[in-house]
Amino acid sequence: MSDHQEKLLAEAVFKPLGDSALIVQIGIGIHPNIQKRVYALSEWMNCHPFTGFIESVPAYNNVTIFYHPIIVCQNAPANLTPYEFVCHYVKKVIKQLDIETNQQERCIDIPVLYGGKYGPDLEYVAQYHNLSVEEVIMIHSREEYLVYMLGFAPGFPFLGGMDEIIATPRKKTPRLSIEQGSVGIAGKQTGIYPLKTPGGWQIIGRTPLSLFHPSKSSPTLLHPGDKIRFVSISQEEFDRYREMSECL
Amino acid sequence: MSIKILNPGVLTTVQDLGRMGFQKYGVVVGGAMDSYSLRLANLLVGNSEEEAVLEVTLFGTKIQFEKDMVIAITGGDLQATMDGKKAVMWRPIWVKKGSTLHFKSAKKGCRAYISFAGGLSISNIMGSKSTYLRAEIGGYKGRALQKGDVIECNKLGKAQQDLLKEIQHSGNHWMVNYHPLIHTEQTQQIRVIKGTEFDHLQAKSKEEFFHHPFKVTSNADRMGYRIEGPSLSLTAEVEMLSEGVTFGTIQLPPSGDPIILMADRQTTGGYPKISHVITADLCHLAQLQPMATIYFEEVSLLEAVQLMLEKEKMMDEIKVGLRLKRTKA
Repeated sequence: MSDHQEKLLAEAVFKPLGDSALIVQIGIGIHPNIQKRVYALSEWMNCHPFTGFIESVPAYNNVTIFYHPIIVCQNAPANLTPYEFVCHYVKKVIKQLDIETNQQERCIDIPVLYGGKYGPDLEYVAQYHNLSVEEVIMIHSREEYLVYMLGFAPGFPFLGGMDEIIATPRKKTPRLSIEQGSVGIAGKQTGIYPLKTPGGWQIIGRTPLSLFHPSKSSPTLLHPGDKIRFVSISQEEFDRYREMSECL
Repeated sequence: MSIKILNPGVLTTVQDLGRMGFQKYGVVVGGAMDSYSLRLANLLVGNSEEEAVLEVTLFGTKIQFEKDMVIAITGGDLQATMDGKKAVMWRPIWVKKGSTLHFKSAKKGCRAYISFAGGLSISNIMGSKSTYLRAEIGGYKGRALQKGDVIECNKLGKAQQDLLKEIQHSGNHWMVNYHPLIHTEQTQQIRVIKGTEFDHLQAKSKEEFFHHPFKVTSNADRMGYRIEGPSLSLTAEVEMLSEGVTFGTIQLPPSGDPIILMADRQTTGGYPKISHVITADLCHLAQLQPMATIYFEEVSLLEAVQLMLEKEKMMDEIKVGLRLKRTKA
Protein backbone atom coordinates (compact mmCIF):
# COMPACT_ATOMS: atom_id res chain seq x y z
CA MET A 1 0.00 0.00 0.00
CA SER A 2 1.46 3.35 -1.02
CA ASP A 3 1.43 6.42 1.23
CA HIS A 4 -1.29 7.83 -0.90
CA GLN A 5 -3.50 4.76 -0.54
CA GLU A 6 -2.84 4.65 3.19
CA LYS A 7 -3.91 8.26 3.52
CA LEU A 8 -7.00 7.61 1.44
CA LEU A 9 -7.98 4.67 3.64
CA ALA A 10 -7.40 6.65 6.83
CA GLU A 11 -9.61 9.46 5.55
CA ALA A 12 -12.43 7.26 4.23
CA VAL A 13 -15.69 7.59 6.19
CA PHE A 14 -18.22 4.77 6.02
CA LYS A 15 -21.88 5.17 6.86
CA PRO A 16 -24.87 2.90 6.29
CA LEU A 17 -27.60 4.10 3.94
CA GLY A 18 -30.48 2.04 5.28
CA ASP A 19 -30.05 -1.73 5.47
CA SER A 20 -29.09 -2.35 1.84
CA ALA A 21 -26.54 0.29 0.93
CA LEU A 22 -23.62 2.23 2.32
CA ILE A 23 -21.92 5.49 1.53
CA VAL A 24 -18.17 5.82 1.57
CA GLN A 25 -16.94 9.39 1.67
CA ILE A 26 -13.43 9.83 0.32
CA GLY A 27 -12.61 13.50 0.50
CA ILE A 28 -13.98 16.81 1.69
CA GLY A 29 -15.63 19.28 -0.64
CA ILE A 30 -15.69 19.55 -4.41
CA HIS A 31 -12.36 19.17 -6.15
CA PRO A 32 -11.17 17.58 -9.44
CA ASN A 33 -8.75 15.31 -7.52
CA ILE A 34 -11.55 14.05 -5.30
CA GLN A 35 -13.67 13.45 -8.40
CA LYS A 36 -10.87 11.22 -9.74
CA ARG A 37 -10.79 9.13 -6.55
CA VAL A 38 -14.55 8.80 -6.50
CA TYR A 39 -14.67 7.70 -10.12
CA ALA A 40 -11.78 5.26 -9.66
CA LEU A 41 -13.43 3.60 -6.66
CA SER A 42 -16.84 3.45 -8.29
CA GLU A 43 -15.47 1.92 -11.51
CA TRP A 44 -13.34 -0.57 -9.61
CA MET A 45 -16.43 -1.76 -7.74
CA ASN A 46 -18.33 -2.15 -11.01
CA CYS A 47 -15.51 -4.18 -12.54
CA HIS A 48 -14.80 -6.29 -9.43
CA PRO A 49 -18.16 -6.79 -7.73
CA PHE A 50 -18.53 -8.93 -4.58
CA THR A 51 -21.35 -11.48 -4.48
CA GLY A 52 -24.52 -9.53 -3.74
CA PHE A 53 -23.24 -6.25 -5.20
CA ILE A 54 -25.97 -4.32 -7.04
CA GLU A 55 -24.46 -1.03 -8.19
CA SER A 56 -22.25 1.85 -7.20
CA VAL A 57 -23.22 5.49 -7.62
CA PRO A 58 -20.53 8.17 -7.66
CA ALA A 59 -21.29 11.66 -6.33
CA TYR A 60 -19.07 14.71 -5.57
CA ASN A 61 -16.98 13.27 -2.75
CA ASN A 62 -18.60 9.92 -2.07
CA VAL A 63 -19.71 6.63 -3.58
CA THR A 64 -22.92 4.85 -2.65
CA ILE A 65 -22.75 1.07 -2.86
CA PHE A 66 -26.01 -0.86 -3.09
CA TYR A 67 -26.09 -4.55 -2.14
CA HIS A 68 -28.48 -7.45 -1.46
CA PRO A 69 -28.05 -8.08 2.31
CA ILE A 70 -29.44 -11.60 1.98
CA ILE A 71 -27.06 -12.65 -0.79
CA VAL A 72 -24.17 -11.01 1.07
CA CYS A 73 -25.20 -12.92 4.23
CA GLN A 74 -25.11 -16.22 2.39
CA ASN A 75 -21.56 -15.61 1.21
CA ALA A 76 -19.92 -13.58 3.97
CA PRO A 77 -18.15 -15.05 7.01
CA ALA A 78 -20.67 -15.73 9.76
CA ASN A 79 -19.14 -13.21 12.18
CA LEU A 80 -19.75 -10.29 9.85
CA THR A 81 -22.99 -8.44 9.17
CA PRO A 82 -23.61 -7.60 5.48
CA TYR A 83 -22.70 -3.97 6.22
CA GLU A 84 -19.44 -4.95 7.88
CA PHE A 85 -18.60 -7.33 5.05
CA VAL A 86 -19.11 -4.64 2.39
CA CYS A 87 -17.07 -2.12 4.45
CA HIS A 88 -14.21 -4.63 4.64
CA TYR A 89 -14.41 -5.26 0.93
CA VAL A 90 -14.34 -1.56 0.06
CA LYS A 91 -11.38 -1.00 2.41
CA LYS A 92 -9.52 -3.76 0.63
CA VAL A 93 -10.31 -2.10 -2.69
CA ILE A 94 -9.06 1.30 -1.48
CA LYS A 95 -5.77 -0.28 -0.38
CA GLN A 96 -4.98 -1.17 -3.97
CA LEU A 97 -6.81 1.57 -5.81
CA ASP A 98 -4.96 3.08 -8.74
CA ILE A 99 -6.39 6.54 -9.14
CA GLU A 100 -4.33 7.91 -11.97
CA THR A 101 -4.73 5.32 -14.72
CA ASN A 102 -8.39 4.60 -14.28
CA GLN A 103 -10.04 7.50 -16.00
CA GLN A 104 -10.21 8.26 -19.69
CA GLU A 105 -9.81 11.93 -20.49
CA ARG A 106 -12.60 12.97 -22.79
CA CYS A 107 -13.40 16.48 -23.86
CA ILE A 108 -16.79 16.96 -25.44
CA ASP A 109 -18.05 20.05 -27.23
CA ILE A 110 -21.65 20.91 -26.47
CA PRO A 111 -23.08 23.12 -29.22
CA VAL A 112 -25.48 25.73 -27.81
CA LEU A 113 -27.80 28.15 -29.51
CA TYR A 114 -27.77 30.99 -26.98
CA GLY A 115 -30.64 33.43 -26.43
CA GLY A 116 -33.84 33.99 -28.39
CA LYS A 117 -36.69 31.58 -27.80
CA TYR A 118 -34.24 28.86 -26.77
CA GLY A 119 -32.61 31.01 -24.09
CA PRO A 120 -35.38 33.24 -22.73
CA ASP A 121 -33.42 34.29 -19.63
CA LEU A 122 -30.16 35.26 -21.34
CA GLU A 123 -31.03 38.95 -21.35
CA TYR A 124 -32.04 38.83 -17.69
CA VAL A 125 -28.70 37.23 -16.78
CA ALA A 126 -26.85 39.94 -18.76
CA GLN A 127 -28.85 42.76 -17.13
CA TYR A 128 -28.39 41.23 -13.67
CA HIS A 129 -24.62 41.53 -14.04
CA ASN A 130 -24.50 44.68 -16.16
CA LEU A 131 -22.98 42.72 -19.00
CA SER A 132 -23.91 42.50 -22.66
CA VAL A 133 -25.54 39.35 -23.97
CA GLU A 134 -22.38 38.66 -26.01
CA GLU A 135 -20.23 38.93 -22.90
CA VAL A 136 -22.37 36.38 -21.03
CA ILE A 137 -22.08 33.97 -23.98
CA MET A 138 -18.33 34.56 -24.16
CA ILE A 139 -17.85 33.94 -20.42
CA HIS A 140 -20.11 30.87 -20.39
CA SER A 141 -18.44 29.28 -23.42
CA ARG A 142 -14.82 30.06 -22.66
CA GLU A 143 -14.47 27.82 -19.60
CA GLU A 144 -13.80 24.12 -19.51
CA TYR A 145 -16.25 22.34 -17.23
CA LEU A 146 -15.74 19.10 -15.33
CA VAL A 147 -18.62 16.62 -15.07
CA TYR A 148 -18.52 15.68 -11.38
CA MET A 149 -21.54 13.41 -11.30
CA LEU A 150 -24.86 12.60 -12.94
CA GLY A 151 -28.10 12.81 -10.98
CA PHE A 152 -31.47 14.55 -10.65
CA ALA A 153 -32.52 13.21 -14.08
CA PRO A 154 -30.94 10.66 -16.46
CA GLY A 155 -27.77 12.16 -17.88
CA PHE A 156 -28.10 15.46 -15.99
CA PRO A 157 -24.51 16.62 -15.40
CA PHE A 158 -23.38 18.32 -12.20
CA LEU A 159 -20.68 20.61 -13.61
CA GLY A 160 -17.86 22.46 -11.97
CA GLY A 161 -15.98 25.42 -13.32
CA MET A 162 -18.44 28.19 -14.08
CA ASP A 163 -17.06 31.69 -13.76
CA GLU A 164 -18.81 33.31 -10.80
CA ILE A 165 -19.11 36.58 -12.76
CA ILE A 166 -22.28 35.14 -14.30
CA ALA A 167 -23.66 33.35 -11.21
CA THR A 168 -27.38 34.19 -11.11
CA PRO A 169 -30.06 33.22 -8.56
CA ARG A 170 -32.81 30.80 -9.58
CA LYS A 171 -36.11 32.20 -10.81
CA LYS A 172 -38.52 33.10 -7.99
CA THR A 173 -41.30 31.12 -9.66
CA PRO A 174 -40.08 27.98 -11.39
CA ARG A 175 -41.23 27.33 -14.96
CA LEU A 176 -43.74 24.52 -15.29
CA SER A 177 -41.83 23.09 -18.18
CA ILE A 178 -38.27 23.46 -19.42
CA GLU A 179 -37.52 21.93 -22.79
CA GLN A 180 -35.09 19.08 -23.26
CA GLY A 181 -31.56 20.32 -24.03
CA SER A 182 -32.02 23.63 -22.21
CA VAL A 183 -28.80 25.09 -20.81
CA GLY A 184 -29.25 27.00 -17.59
CA ILE A 185 -27.64 28.77 -14.67
CA ALA A 186 -28.68 28.40 -11.02
CA GLY A 187 -26.51 30.30 -8.56
CA LYS A 188 -22.93 29.20 -9.20
CA GLN A 189 -24.00 26.13 -11.13
CA THR A 190 -24.58 25.59 -14.80
CA GLY A 191 -26.13 22.53 -16.41
CA ILE A 192 -28.15 20.98 -19.19
CA TYR A 193 -31.67 19.53 -18.84
CA PRO A 194 -31.70 16.09 -20.52
CA LEU A 195 -35.50 15.81 -20.26
CA LYS A 196 -38.45 18.14 -20.30
CA THR A 197 -39.14 18.98 -16.66
CA PRO A 198 -40.30 21.81 -14.42
CA GLY A 199 -37.46 23.89 -13.02
CA GLY A 200 -36.27 27.22 -11.73
CA TRP A 201 -32.97 27.67 -13.56
CA GLN A 202 -32.23 30.72 -15.71
CA ILE A 203 -32.34 29.31 -19.24
CA ILE A 204 -29.74 30.90 -21.51
CA GLY A 205 -29.70 28.54 -24.48
CA ARG A 206 -30.37 25.09 -25.86
CA THR A 207 -28.25 22.28 -27.24
CA PRO A 208 -29.49 20.17 -30.14
CA LEU A 209 -27.61 17.17 -28.70
CA SER A 210 -29.51 14.52 -26.83
CA LEU A 211 -28.02 13.63 -23.46
CA PHE A 212 -30.02 10.47 -22.73
CA HIS A 213 -30.27 7.39 -24.97
CA PRO A 214 -32.20 4.65 -23.15
CA SER A 215 -31.58 2.08 -25.88
CA LYS A 216 -27.78 2.35 -25.90
CA SER A 217 -25.50 0.33 -23.66
CA SER A 218 -24.00 3.57 -22.37
CA PRO A 219 -27.25 5.49 -22.02
CA THR A 220 -25.87 8.95 -21.39
CA LEU A 221 -23.77 11.26 -23.55
CA LEU A 222 -21.74 12.49 -20.57
CA HIS A 223 -19.93 10.56 -17.85
CA PRO A 224 -18.35 11.68 -14.59
CA GLY A 225 -14.82 12.88 -15.29
CA ASP A 226 -15.62 14.18 -18.78
CA LYS A 227 -14.61 17.73 -19.60
CA ILE A 228 -17.04 19.74 -21.64
CA ARG A 229 -17.02 23.05 -23.43
CA PHE A 230 -20.06 24.98 -24.64
CA VAL A 231 -19.73 26.17 -28.23
CA SER A 232 -21.99 28.95 -29.47
CA ILE A 233 -23.78 28.00 -32.70
CA SER A 234 -26.21 29.64 -35.11
CA GLN A 235 -29.80 28.68 -35.88
CA GLU A 236 -28.66 27.04 -39.14
CA GLU A 237 -26.10 24.93 -37.30
CA PHE A 238 -28.69 24.06 -34.66
CA ASP A 239 -31.11 22.86 -37.34
CA ARG A 240 -28.35 20.88 -39.05
CA TYR A 241 -27.45 19.09 -35.77
CA ARG A 242 -31.12 18.25 -35.30
CA GLU A 243 -31.40 16.78 -38.79
CA MET A 244 -28.21 14.81 -38.26
CA SER A 245 -29.40 13.39 -34.96
CA GLU A 246 -32.67 12.31 -36.59
CA CYS A 247 -30.66 10.32 -39.16
CA LEU A 248 -28.61 8.55 -36.49
CA MET B 1 -55.72 -8.89 -28.05
CA SER B 2 -55.46 -9.51 -24.37
CA ILE B 3 -56.51 -6.86 -21.89
CA LYS B 4 -58.16 -3.52 -22.49
CA ILE B 5 -58.15 -0.56 -20.12
CA LEU B 6 -61.72 0.73 -19.79
CA ASN B 7 -60.73 3.18 -17.06
CA PRO B 8 -57.19 3.81 -15.81
CA GLY B 9 -58.40 5.05 -12.41
CA VAL B 10 -56.13 7.30 -10.34
CA LEU B 11 -52.86 5.79 -11.58
CA THR B 12 -52.23 2.42 -13.17
CA THR B 13 -48.74 1.56 -14.37
CA VAL B 14 -46.70 -1.44 -15.45
CA GLN B 15 -44.09 -2.29 -12.80
CA ASP B 16 -41.58 -4.99 -11.99
CA LEU B 17 -38.82 -5.08 -9.38
CA GLY B 18 -37.11 -2.00 -10.78
CA ARG B 19 -34.31 -0.83 -13.03
CA MET B 20 -31.03 -1.59 -11.33
CA GLY B 21 -27.51 -0.72 -12.32
CA PHE B 22 -28.21 2.64 -13.92
CA GLN B 23 -28.31 5.01 -10.97
CA LYS B 24 -24.82 6.22 -11.84
CA TYR B 25 -26.40 7.71 -14.97
CA GLY B 26 -29.14 9.41 -12.95
CA VAL B 27 -31.73 6.79 -13.89
CA VAL B 28 -34.15 6.06 -11.07
CA VAL B 29 -34.73 2.49 -9.84
CA GLY B 30 -38.55 2.68 -9.82
CA GLY B 31 -40.39 -0.64 -9.69
CA ALA B 32 -43.31 -1.74 -7.53
CA MET B 33 -43.96 0.29 -4.40
CA ASP B 34 -44.90 -2.94 -2.58
CA SER B 35 -42.49 -5.49 -4.00
CA TYR B 36 -43.70 -8.36 -1.76
CA SER B 37 -47.20 -8.06 -3.19
CA LEU B 38 -45.75 -7.99 -6.70
CA ARG B 39 -43.67 -11.10 -6.08
CA LEU B 40 -46.59 -12.99 -4.53
CA ALA B 41 -48.89 -12.02 -7.39
CA ASN B 42 -46.43 -13.51 -9.86
CA LEU B 43 -45.82 -16.68 -7.84
CA LEU B 44 -49.57 -17.32 -7.63
CA VAL B 45 -49.93 -17.52 -11.42
CA GLY B 46 -46.74 -19.49 -11.99
CA ASN B 47 -44.65 -16.56 -13.28
CA SER B 48 -41.12 -15.79 -12.24
CA GLU B 49 -41.19 -13.43 -9.23
CA GLU B 50 -39.83 -10.46 -11.12
CA GLU B 51 -42.35 -10.46 -13.99
CA ALA B 52 -44.08 -7.18 -14.81
CA VAL B 53 -47.58 -6.67 -13.38
CA LEU B 54 -50.05 -3.80 -13.16
CA GLU B 55 -49.87 -1.56 -10.11
CA VAL B 56 -53.29 -0.05 -9.43
CA THR B 57 -53.66 2.94 -7.10
CA LEU B 58 -56.62 3.65 -4.78
CA PHE B 59 -59.70 3.31 -7.04
CA GLY B 60 -61.39 3.56 -10.39
CA THR B 61 -59.35 1.15 -12.51
CA LYS B 62 -61.45 -0.99 -14.87
CA ILE B 63 -59.97 -3.68 -17.10
CA GLN B 64 -61.62 -5.91 -19.66
CA PHE B 65 -60.25 -9.33 -20.55
CA GLU B 66 -60.28 -10.15 -24.21
CA LYS B 67 -59.44 -13.81 -23.79
CA ASP B 68 -59.58 -16.49 -21.10
CA MET B 69 -56.69 -16.17 -18.68
CA VAL B 70 -55.39 -16.74 -15.19
CA ILE B 71 -54.64 -13.73 -13.02
CA ALA B 72 -54.02 -12.98 -9.35
CA ILE B 73 -54.73 -9.83 -7.34
CA THR B 74 -52.63 -8.96 -4.30
CA GLY B 75 -51.72 -5.89 -2.26
CA GLY B 76 -54.25 -3.46 -0.82
CA ASP B 77 -57.96 -4.27 -0.74
CA LEU B 78 -59.36 -1.85 -3.32
CA GLN B 79 -62.70 -3.74 -3.38
CA ALA B 80 -62.12 -5.48 -6.67
CA THR B 81 -65.13 -6.95 -8.43
CA MET B 82 -65.25 -9.29 -11.42
CA ASP B 83 -68.41 -8.68 -13.44
CA GLY B 84 -69.96 -7.09 -10.36
CA LYS B 85 -69.12 -9.96 -7.98
CA LYS B 86 -66.43 -9.70 -5.32
CA ALA B 87 -63.10 -10.80 -6.78
CA VAL B 88 -61.03 -13.02 -4.53
CA MET B 89 -57.53 -11.80 -3.75
CA TRP B 90 -54.34 -13.71 -2.94
CA ARG B 91 -55.05 -16.71 -5.13
CA PRO B 92 -55.08 -17.51 -8.83
CA ILE B 93 -58.38 -16.76 -10.55
CA TRP B 94 -59.54 -18.05 -13.86
CA VAL B 95 -61.05 -15.21 -15.88
CA LYS B 96 -63.45 -15.75 -18.76
CA LYS B 97 -63.12 -13.80 -21.98
CA GLY B 98 -65.20 -10.63 -21.86
CA SER B 99 -65.11 -10.26 -18.07
CA THR B 100 -64.51 -6.88 -16.46
CA LEU B 101 -62.39 -6.29 -13.37
CA HIS B 102 -63.20 -3.13 -11.45
CA PHE B 103 -61.45 -1.62 -8.44
CA LYS B 104 -64.17 0.34 -6.65
CA SER B 105 -62.36 2.07 -3.80
CA ALA B 106 -59.58 1.52 -1.31
CA LYS B 107 -60.96 -0.20 1.76
CA LYS B 108 -57.58 -1.19 3.17
CA GLY B 109 -54.22 -0.30 1.69
CA CYS B 110 -53.42 1.88 -1.29
CA ARG B 111 -52.05 -0.25 -4.12
CA ALA B 112 -53.16 -3.51 -5.66
CA TYR B 113 -51.16 -5.68 -8.05
CA ILE B 114 -52.57 -7.74 -10.90
CA SER B 115 -50.41 -10.48 -12.33
CA PHE B 116 -51.16 -12.30 -15.57
CA ALA B 117 -50.09 -15.90 -16.15
CA GLY B 118 -47.38 -15.78 -18.79
CA GLY B 119 -46.79 -12.09 -18.18
CA LEU B 120 -47.60 -8.98 -20.18
CA SER B 121 -45.95 -8.41 -23.51
CA ILE B 122 -43.83 -5.41 -22.53
CA SER B 123 -40.34 -4.71 -23.77
CA ASN B 124 -37.39 -4.59 -21.50
CA ILE B 125 -35.66 -1.20 -21.38
CA MET B 126 -32.38 -0.96 -19.49
CA GLY B 127 -33.03 -4.25 -17.79
CA SER B 128 -36.56 -3.56 -16.60
CA LYS B 129 -40.18 -3.32 -17.73
CA SER B 130 -41.06 -0.70 -15.09
CA THR B 131 -42.64 2.54 -16.19
CA TYR B 132 -40.33 5.49 -15.56
CA LEU B 133 -42.89 8.25 -15.85
CA ARG B 134 -40.58 11.24 -15.85
CA ALA B 135 -38.22 9.91 -18.55
CA GLU B 136 -41.19 8.44 -20.45
CA ILE B 137 -39.55 5.06 -20.87
CA GLY B 138 -40.41 1.48 -19.94
CA GLY B 139 -43.83 0.01 -19.22
CA TYR B 140 -46.54 0.72 -21.78
CA LYS B 141 -45.31 3.55 -24.03
CA GLY B 142 -43.45 5.03 -21.06
CA ARG B 143 -46.62 6.36 -19.49
CA ALA B 144 -49.47 5.67 -17.09
CA LEU B 145 -52.22 3.58 -18.69
CA GLN B 146 -55.05 5.40 -20.42
CA LYS B 147 -58.56 4.52 -21.46
CA GLY B 148 -58.53 2.33 -24.56
CA ASP B 149 -55.00 0.97 -24.14
CA VAL B 150 -54.68 -2.65 -25.14
CA ILE B 151 -51.83 -4.76 -23.76
CA GLU B 152 -50.99 -8.16 -25.16
CA CYS B 153 -50.34 -11.07 -22.85
CA ASN B 154 -47.64 -13.64 -23.46
CA LYS B 155 -48.44 -17.24 -24.36
CA LEU B 156 -48.74 -19.66 -21.47
CA GLY B 157 -46.07 -22.20 -20.72
CA LYS B 158 -46.97 -25.86 -20.09
CA ALA B 159 -47.14 -25.43 -16.30
CA GLN B 160 -49.39 -22.43 -16.63
CA GLN B 161 -51.71 -24.22 -19.07
CA ASP B 162 -52.06 -27.05 -16.56
CA LEU B 163 -52.79 -24.53 -13.83
CA LEU B 164 -55.44 -22.90 -15.98
CA LYS B 165 -57.13 -26.27 -16.64
CA GLU B 166 -56.98 -27.18 -12.98
CA ILE B 167 -58.60 -23.95 -11.81
CA GLN B 168 -61.10 -23.99 -14.67
CA HIS B 169 -62.34 -27.47 -13.77
CA SER B 170 -62.21 -27.75 -10.03
CA GLY B 171 -61.77 -24.18 -8.87
CA ASN B 172 -59.64 -23.71 -5.80
CA HIS B 173 -60.33 -22.77 -2.28
CA TRP B 174 -56.96 -21.93 -0.88
CA MET B 175 -55.18 -18.64 -0.71
CA VAL B 176 -51.85 -17.33 0.42
CA ASN B 177 -51.67 -16.11 3.99
CA TYR B 178 -50.18 -12.67 3.44
CA HIS B 179 -50.86 -11.27 6.92
CA PRO B 180 -47.37 -11.70 8.38
CA LEU B 181 -45.88 -10.17 5.23
CA ILE B 182 -47.98 -7.17 4.29
CA HIS B 183 -49.97 -4.87 6.57
CA THR B 184 -52.63 -2.68 5.04
CA GLU B 185 -54.01 -0.92 8.13
CA GLN B 186 -53.93 2.86 7.96
CA THR B 187 -52.17 3.28 11.30
CA GLN B 188 -48.76 1.68 11.16
CA GLN B 189 -45.75 1.15 13.32
CA ILE B 190 -42.91 1.69 10.82
CA ARG B 191 -39.44 0.53 11.84
CA VAL B 192 -36.46 2.67 10.98
CA ILE B 193 -32.74 2.83 11.54
CA LYS B 194 -31.22 6.19 12.39
CA GLY B 195 -29.68 8.13 9.54
CA THR B 196 -26.28 9.80 9.52
CA GLU B 197 -27.73 13.21 10.32
CA PHE B 198 -30.11 12.04 13.05
CA ASP B 199 -27.70 13.32 15.67
CA HIS B 200 -27.98 16.82 14.20
CA LEU B 201 -31.63 16.98 15.32
CA GLN B 202 -32.45 19.06 18.37
CA ALA B 203 -33.03 16.97 21.49
CA LYS B 204 -36.75 17.77 21.44
CA SER B 205 -37.03 16.77 17.77
CA LYS B 206 -35.22 13.47 18.44
CA GLU B 207 -37.69 12.64 21.16
CA GLU B 208 -40.69 13.74 19.08
CA PHE B 209 -39.65 11.74 16.04
CA PHE B 210 -40.06 8.48 17.95
CA HIS B 211 -42.96 9.40 20.22
CA HIS B 212 -45.40 11.37 18.12
CA PRO B 213 -47.56 10.26 15.23
CA PHE B 214 -46.89 11.55 11.71
CA LYS B 215 -49.56 11.92 9.08
CA VAL B 216 -49.09 11.07 5.42
CA THR B 217 -50.14 14.23 3.55
CA SER B 218 -51.89 14.42 0.19
CA ASN B 219 -48.45 15.20 -1.19
CA ALA B 220 -47.63 11.50 -1.45
CA ASP B 221 -46.81 9.72 -4.67
CA ARG B 222 -44.46 7.11 -6.14
CA MET B 223 -41.55 9.48 -5.69
CA GLY B 224 -42.00 10.34 -2.04
CA TYR B 225 -44.38 10.92 0.87
CA ARG B 226 -44.35 14.26 2.60
CA ILE B 227 -45.37 13.61 6.21
CA GLU B 228 -46.56 15.99 8.89
CA GLY B 229 -46.21 15.84 12.62
CA PRO B 230 -44.26 17.87 15.12
CA SER B 231 -42.04 20.21 13.09
CA LEU B 232 -38.47 18.92 13.38
CA SER B 233 -35.41 21.11 13.54
CA LEU B 234 -31.66 20.70 13.47
CA THR B 235 -29.29 22.18 16.03
CA ALA B 236 -27.49 23.97 13.20
CA GLU B 237 -27.68 23.98 9.45
CA VAL B 238 -25.80 21.00 7.98
CA GLU B 239 -23.63 21.72 4.95
CA MET B 240 -24.23 18.80 2.65
CA LEU B 241 -23.10 17.77 -0.80
CA SER B 242 -25.39 15.54 -2.85
CA GLU B 243 -25.00 11.87 -2.05
CA GLY B 244 -26.92 8.68 -2.67
CA VAL B 245 -30.39 8.12 -1.26
CA THR B 246 -32.51 4.99 -1.31
CA PHE B 247 -36.07 3.64 -1.00
CA GLY B 248 -37.13 4.50 2.55
CA THR B 249 -34.66 7.32 3.19
CA ILE B 250 -36.29 10.00 5.37
CA GLN B 251 -34.95 13.43 4.45
CA LEU B 252 -35.53 16.60 6.43
CA PRO B 253 -35.85 19.71 4.24
CA PRO B 254 -35.70 23.15 5.91
CA SER B 255 -39.53 23.26 6.18
CA GLY B 256 -39.28 20.82 9.13
CA ASP B 257 -41.67 18.28 7.58
CA PRO B 258 -39.86 15.05 6.64
CA ILE B 259 -40.06 13.40 3.22
CA ILE B 260 -39.91 9.62 2.89
CA LEU B 261 -38.39 8.66 -0.45
CA MET B 262 -40.26 5.95 -2.33
CA ALA B 263 -39.77 3.77 -5.44
CA ASP B 264 -39.38 6.60 -7.98
CA ARG B 265 -37.00 8.64 -5.80
CA GLN B 266 -34.19 10.57 -7.44
CA THR B 267 -30.77 8.93 -7.39
CA THR B 268 -29.10 11.55 -5.18
CA GLY B 269 -30.26 14.05 -2.61
CA GLY B 270 -28.81 16.88 -0.60
CA TYR B 271 -31.07 17.13 2.45
CA PRO B 272 -30.05 15.72 5.83
CA LYS B 273 -31.03 12.06 6.18
CA ILE B 274 -32.54 11.54 9.60
CA SER B 275 -33.66 7.90 9.20
CA HIS B 276 -34.24 5.01 6.84
CA VAL B 277 -37.31 2.80 6.81
CA ILE B 278 -36.11 -0.81 6.96
CA THR B 279 -36.57 -2.91 3.81
CA ALA B 280 -38.93 -5.32 5.61
CA ASP B 281 -41.40 -2.48 6.28
CA LEU B 282 -41.33 -0.74 2.89
CA CYS B 283 -44.35 -2.75 1.73
CA HIS B 284 -46.41 -1.49 4.71
CA LEU B 285 -45.39 2.05 3.85
CA ALA B 286 -46.42 1.51 0.22
CA GLN B 287 -49.93 0.62 1.40
CA LEU B 288 -50.51 3.88 3.27
CA GLN B 289 -53.01 6.36 1.86
CA PRO B 290 -52.92 10.12 2.39
CA MET B 291 -54.09 10.86 5.97
CA ALA B 292 -52.70 7.56 7.26
CA THR B 293 -50.81 7.63 10.58
CA ILE B 294 -47.24 6.50 11.12
CA TYR B 295 -45.41 5.83 14.38
CA PHE B 296 -41.67 5.41 13.97
CA GLU B 297 -39.87 2.75 15.96
CA GLU B 298 -36.12 2.43 16.10
CA VAL B 299 -34.30 -0.83 15.33
CA SER B 300 -30.61 -1.51 14.83
CA LEU B 301 -29.02 -2.25 11.47
CA LEU B 302 -28.55 -5.85 12.56
CA GLU B 303 -32.22 -6.19 13.53
CA ALA B 304 -33.22 -4.68 10.18
CA VAL B 305 -31.27 -7.40 8.36
CA GLN B 306 -32.72 -10.12 10.60
CA LEU B 307 -36.25 -8.87 9.91
CA MET B 308 -35.53 -8.93 6.19
CA LEU B 309 -34.22 -12.48 6.46
CA GLU B 310 -37.35 -13.55 8.36
CA LYS B 311 -39.50 -12.12 5.61
CA GLU B 312 -37.54 -13.90 2.92
CA LYS B 313 -38.00 -17.12 4.87
CA MET B 314 -41.77 -16.57 4.82
CA MET B 315 -41.56 -15.98 1.06
CA ASP B 316 -39.61 -19.24 0.68
CA GLU B 317 -42.25 -21.13 2.67
CA ILE B 318 -44.99 -19.73 0.46
CA LYS B 319 -43.01 -20.78 -2.61
CA VAL B 320 -42.68 -24.32 -1.30
CA GLY B 321 -46.39 -24.40 -0.47
CA LEU B 322 -47.32 -23.28 -3.96
CA ARG B 323 -45.02 -25.83 -5.52
CA LEU B 324 -46.68 -28.61 -3.51
CA LYS B 325 -50.12 -27.48 -4.65
CA ARG B 326 -48.93 -27.54 -8.25
CA THR B 327 -47.55 -31.06 -8.00
CA LYS B 328 -50.84 -32.25 -6.50
CA ALA B 329 -52.69 -30.67 -9.38
